[in-house]
Amino acid sequence: MLNRAVSLLATLACCALIGACGRREPPADLTILNGAEPESLDPAIMTGQPDLRVCNALFEGLTRYDPKTGEAIPGLAERWEISPDLRTYTFHLRSNAVWSTGEPITAADCVYSWRRVLDPKIAAEYSGQLFFVKNAEEFNTGKITDPAQVGIRAPGPRVFQVELNSPVPFFLNLCSFGTLCVVPRGHVERHGDRWLMVAPVPVSGPYVLEAWRLNDKIRLRKNPRYWDAANTHSEIVDLLPITSPNTALNLFATGEADIIWDKTLVPTELLDELRKRPDFHTFDYIGSYFIRFNVTRKPFDDVRVRQALTMAIDKRRLTERITRGGEKTATHHTPPGVAGYRAPEGLAHNPDQARRLLVAAGFPGGRGFPRFNYLFNANAGGGAKTDEKIAVELQAMWKQELGIDVELRSQEWKVYLATQRQLDYDTCRSSWIGDYNDANTFLDMFMSNNGNNRTGWKSARYDALVRQANQQAGPRERERLFQQAELLLIRDETVIAPLYFYTGFFAFDPNRIEGIYANVIDQHPIQSIRRRK
Amino acid sequence: MYFLKRLLALIPLLLVITFLAFVLVRVAPGGPFDKERAPASPEIERALKEKFHLDEPLLKQYGRWLWGMLHGDFGPSLKYRNHNVTDIILQGLPVSLALGALAFGFALGVGIPAGVWMAVRRGQTADYSMGFITVLAVCVPGFVVGPLLVMQLAIELRWFPVALWATPWHVVLPTVALGLFFAGKVSRLMRESMTEVLQKEFIMTARAKGLTDSGILLKHALKPALLPVISYAGPMLADLLTGSFVIENIFQIPGIGVFLVNSSLNRDYPMVVGLVVLYAAMLLVLNLLVDLAYTRIDKRVKLD
Repeated sequence: MLNRAVSLLATLACCALIGACGRREPPADLTILNGAEPESLDPAIMTGQPDLRVCNALFEGLTRYDPKTGEAIPGLAERWEISPDLRTYTFHLRSNAVWSTGEPITAADCVYSWRRVLDPKIAAEYSGQLFFVKNAEEFNTGKITDPAQVGIRAPGPRVFQVELNSPVPFFLNLCSFGTLCVVPRGHVERHGDRWLMVAPVPVSGPYVLEAWRLNDKIRLRKNPRYWDAANTHSEIVDLLPITSPNTALNLFATGEADIIWDKTLVPTELLDELRKRPDFHTFDYIGSYFIRFNVTRKPFDDVRVRQALTMAIDKRRLTERITRGGEKTATHHTPPGVAGYRAPEGLAHNPDQARRLLVAAGFPGGRGFPRFNYLFNANAGGGAKTDEKIAVELQAMWKQELGIDVELRSQEWKVYLATQRQLDYDTCRSSWIGDYNDANTFLDMFMSNNGNNRTGWKSARYDALVRQANQQAGPRERERLFQQAELLLIRDETVIAPLYFYTGFFAFDPNRIEGIYANVIDQHPIQSIRRRK
Repeated sequence: MYFLKRLLALIPLLLVITFLAFVLVRVAPGGPFDKERAPASPEIERALKEKFHLDEPLLKQYGRWLWGMLHGDFGPSLKYRNHNVTDIILQGLPVSLALGALAFGFALGVGIPAGVWMAVRRGQTADYSMGFITVLAVCVPGFVVGPLLVMQLAIELRWFPVALWATPWHVVLPTVALGLFFAGKVSRLMRESMTEVLQKEFIMTARAKGLTDSGILLKHALKPALLPVISYAGPMLADLLTGSFVIENIFQIPGIGVFLVNSSLNRDYPMVVGLVVLYAAMLLVLNLLVDLAYTRIDKRVKLD
């Protein structure tokens, strides 16, 4: 019995060891710690940033990101014409653009890919990225059923034409975004939802998907048939899904990983130390951290109360004591650096004025102010707890400056989202990362019927301003209208209290790695990155 | 026959467990498609629910799931939408099993000799110092042991890799971090039972016959002293196979423990239910095997 047990155990252990070292794979030329495991690599389905980074290596859009600036440069389309009214784009596809399996990439593939995103049966969460296209929203929401009515067409095998509802100055940027990338029709239709798991997946981008093991790694291999393969610098790239900042740092410090590029992977406790290192880099990018007020609840239905709470916050204390990554404090919602837009200044830190406003609202010295709650999401898995620390700091500031009591309400992520959506909160931690480099991504979210509004605030004037701005062909007029809208949001109505703008982080040794650059949209095309020889 | 009866009795139990898991995870607020960014229109959300049949009555959903499971299909993952639950389990389970088995081997391989050694040196400094270490091993949790091991052996001394799961070298630290607690427990158990056995009369007889100390220990004392350890081995194996979440997270091991925790945080309904069924079945079967093993070890135990 004993002998048998021992031999059984020994066998098990051997199997385990063989299993562990059974996968003899060549080492990668580049190893990147990519943050959370991508939920999907399907352009129509993916939504997260880790997903997007991999997706853009596999599938290309009509344009692609410039590695230095993040601006749109020619991708599958080598050139395009824009009609004088700025509503029609005619793209000319490259003659040398082929799938990794050899077939040419045609305009019909583009039409298919975009229609697929809009197909209600696919239920693409990011289909809104295409709502600028004529009849796209109507088709996606089932108001029309004929896909031919959507403003996308293929007048020739390599000519792709898009008709927009209104001039969209960032439309070319949008064409680089993952959702709008071109996917292989035959393969997708043959294999349904699991098409990415059936090798070989025909791809339009610089890399093919060699392996995708959940929670283990994504391995990319250079696609030799990519039209610009000459400029794909690393042959094999591993992207590891890591969620623990300490593990990420350990892997980086011992040379097992070349790049860390997810802001969730930076141990904030060590930030002061890390920021002194030459292999640690911070940069500004378009993300905003703010507080939502639930304007449907008393006393937050009174704009003076919202303004008082906003002006009582010393934002420098948050960025200097808690986030410590060199973040810029915010008085407005649209971050600096957004293309073609200068956000207006909102409410500055002014505790005296805040107290006066509270008196005017009927709560002198905070007396009679009902106890209210501040909702935030608990960081699961022992993260940096930044949100919690900020909540505690806000609690102290509001108590000290205004004499009011706030109850901190921490909820697990999904519960927090549900609570926020159902407007079951008084004040709430919030953040927003721009999808594309334009003010619209920060401002249209607070339109009355937008699902991301989540404050209960409905303003016909705001809606009209944003809508008008989006109808403008002239950039100056557009900016002016957006600025008026933003002033409503952050000053006149103070629906939100902006706190600070995010800083992007990445870690790599500039003596060993090249081809990765900081840019405001935090996009770093993998094909341009390589180890220095 | 008895075994078969017990095995059959597991089926209704598993059904109850799956039903509870199915209902409870849906009662939790928030849903799989709640994200910071809402879809551009409510229609998309409706389409999503329709696609994954979340708009149907609960019982119908359960029936649909049950029917799928009987065909070996645990459904799609709602979080990792290119994968289905069966794929994810098949990919992660062998890794978790390997880690559990290795830690099991480590716990016994270290715990038994340490226990015997302490019993032999009972009352001496060696016993006390070793006793202190084993208590420490039992008291310090894995999420402390893991990072400590990494700091010392991987970052300072560079003997082992800091994380990941690729070569036999990668396996060592997580095995130790996971197995240490159990090694401590086994050694305590072993020490007590060995001490007891060494005071038995038949040992004295063996001594009187002039057998060497090591001979007595290995030939006569070890086997009866192992009984409590063996009866503990069953639950221990179950614990190891199901409880490696923390270690998997620290060492970035592609096992299944991470999914067990995250799937409920993500409201990935099919994934939660699939993993609950899997773990429940594993625990129930292991318990059954332990019961069977008792009859082999101790002839006085009768099953029926």
